[in-house]
Amino acid sequence: MNKIFCGLVLLLLPFVVIANEAEKECGSVDCDKFEPELHDTESLQRGAKTFVNYCMGCHSLAYMRYERLSDDLDIPHEITQQNLNFAGGNIGGLMTVAAPAKMQKKWFGATPPDLTLVARARGPEWLYTYLRNFYKDEKRPYGVNNRVFKDVGMPHVMLELQGMPECKPGPIVTENGGIKRDPLTREEVIYDEHGKLANPCGRLKVEKPGKINGEQFDKTVADLVNFLAYVGEPVALKRQRMGVYALFFVSLFFVVAWLLNREYWKDVH
Amino acid sequence: MTSWLIGLRDWVDARLPIMRAWNTHMGQYYAPKNFNFWYFFGVLSLLVLVNQLLTGIWLTMSYTPTAEGAFASVEYIMRDVDYGWIIRYMHSTGASAFFTVVYLHMFRGLLYGSYKKPRELVWLFGMLIYLCLMAEGFMGYVLPWGQMSYWGAQVIVSLFGAIPVIGGDIVQWVRGDFLISGITLNRFFALHVVAIPLILVMLVVMHLLALHEVGSNNPDGIEIKKKKGSDGKPLDGIPFHPYYTVHDLVGIAVFLFVFCFILFFMPEMGGYFLEHANFEEANNLKTPAHIAPVWYYTPFYAMLRATTLEWFGLSSKFWGFVVMAAAIAIMFVLPWLDRSKVKSWRYKGMGTQVAIYSFAISFLILGYLGSIPAGGHFLDHIFHYNPENQWTNEYLSNQYVTQKLTVVYFLFFILMPIYTTVEKTKPEPDRVTMK
Repeated sequence: MNKIFCGLVLLLLPFVVIANEAEKECGSVDCDKFEPELHDTESLQRGAKTFVNYCMGCHSLAYMRYERLSDDLDIPHEITQQNLNFAGGNIGGLMTVAAPAKMQKKWFGATPPDLTLVARARGPEWLYTYLRNFYKDEKRPYGVNNRVFKDVGMPHVMLELQGMPECKPGPIVTENGGIKRDPLTREEVIYDEHGKLANPCGRLKVEKPGKINGEQFDKTVADLVNFLAYVGEPVALKRQRMGVYALFFVSLFFVVAWLLNREYWKDVH
Repeated sequence: MTSWLIGLRDWVDARLPIMRAWNTHMGQYYAPKNFNFWYFFGVLSLLVLVNQLLTGIWLTMSYTPTAEGAFASVEYIMRDVDYGWIIRYMHSTGASAFFTVVYLHMFRGLLYGSYKKPRELVWLFGMLIYLCLMAEGFMGYVLPWGQMSYWGAQVIVSLFGAIPVIGGDIVQWVRGDFLISGITLNRFFALHVVAIPLILVMLVVMHLLALHEVGSNNPDGIEIKKKKGSDGKPLDGIPFHPYYTVHDLVGIAVFLFVFCFILFFMPEMGGYFLEHANFEEANNLKTPAHIAPVWYYTPFYAMLRATTLEWFGLSSKFWGFVVMAAAIAIMFVLPWLDRSKVKSWRYKGMGTQVAIYSFAISFLILGYLGSIPAGGHFLDHIFHYNPENQWTNEYLSNQYVTQKLTVVYFLFFILMPIYTTVEKTKPEPDRVTMK
């Protein structure tokens, strides 16, 4: 027993440090919590719709095929061809964009990156936070900036949904993660000791909401990021399902091997 | 049917000594009966080697070794090739598994003095395997052509540039270009799939032939060949087959459980086996903020980075390279550094025990330090960075700690002739113990 325990500890020892690495930085703000829900097919379908309507004008999913998407997300092929595949290519085709990369570079200053693997490169939490942190900034070419990705070259494409968020002074966050408050009035302290705004863009506020309210917008972004997490590794659910069988099989093999070993080693003292 | 098979066997055996080979290496190879859990890692290394060779062959069937096609072909394998993803994850998880079992296998040798006379050659072949493995892993990591593939290669290859006078030419010769390019990728592919595996397999054969000539060591570090029975067989030895073949099956099952768990449930291993930045295609105009090699190189990478020596007017980059190379090279001479009368640390004295613990701990911490950004303070990294309250104690900075641990690493080897000579050893038992 002791031996087996030692074995497991030693096999896992080099990876113990990993626990601490999961967290990713989100620019000037903390990442909002987000856990992809790959089982939620309806959410993935909504995400696919949002992606095609709002992102795919510029961003491709160049390693993903329409057919795979249809089959995995329970969308009939005809519906995919009519509502998702605007370019009208073959259902087996890749989800590329029509605009040539060179032209896009001319228009935006940088070619909008392919997003097939963005959820694996950046992490879903980063994406979820990034897409909800555009704010009005007249100094930028598209009139918007982003708290997660400063001076990003991307316009606020979901403006009509969310409306335009504007910077509002935010509270001072203390060392222990709490909010600094006035000891008498309990109001949030927003000025530092020099009388300047301590955190001029600490909060975002939408003055004129777009087509949907804030809560609905968060949900739309969540669906979109969920979809991107799926596209990053379409096989993820199947992988986990197969993993259960693999571990079950290996466990059976262990029992047989262990019994065989005990039988042979009975005579060795 | 059976007689036909026996007939075939005898026909071949009359022309090729297959029965003799079987008996020499399996059926009548007498191994000490007191192997403990540490002795699984040899056979596990072999298992992972076979895994890498087989999955590697299948990967090459769909991989495109060009700068234009490499990244896309890996995603093609992950998505469009039937069960391609499982082969790819077996190969990527296998790479980390290989280093895990090989490090533990080497550490076993360290604990029980398996490198000592008469097994010096076994150790040397093993070290050559380790060296090949490092080259193999490095070149293999370039092939997916992600950002970390590209910039990792950039950093490591440019190390040769620190060599005075000829450095620049060497770097250009290795890359085959003025920068890491499709040409570099193509030659790394050739080396990764043909040249180095060939050398690796030959070295493994030599490692095993040399081992089977002198016989296996054991946790007590005593020679079982010294006590033979009337039949001329070692009293403490048992035939490798069937005893250790069935025994190893148990170890293989436990290993496969852990291996499959990682493969099916956490193939990225939190960014340690497949780094996040490598899911972005290589871009020679965009340097990633933090370039870290894969975890199995990080102890040496930490030593390289932390070197600030500028002796003889040569750059600290050059001396970092020297320190890193020396850290690996010094392991080769281990058999001649250990002057102890006994082999196993069970019977060596306090000196060795303290040294081995310090060595192991410093190696692990160096590995951690090599994986985080060089500047700053590792405590900030562990307890979440807070700009208001940074650790400022310079004696705990990444660089300072790395430098001191590098010294500990080298002292383990350099002082070995001294502490193994002066320390008081315990008496070895006559026969092996089964604890």
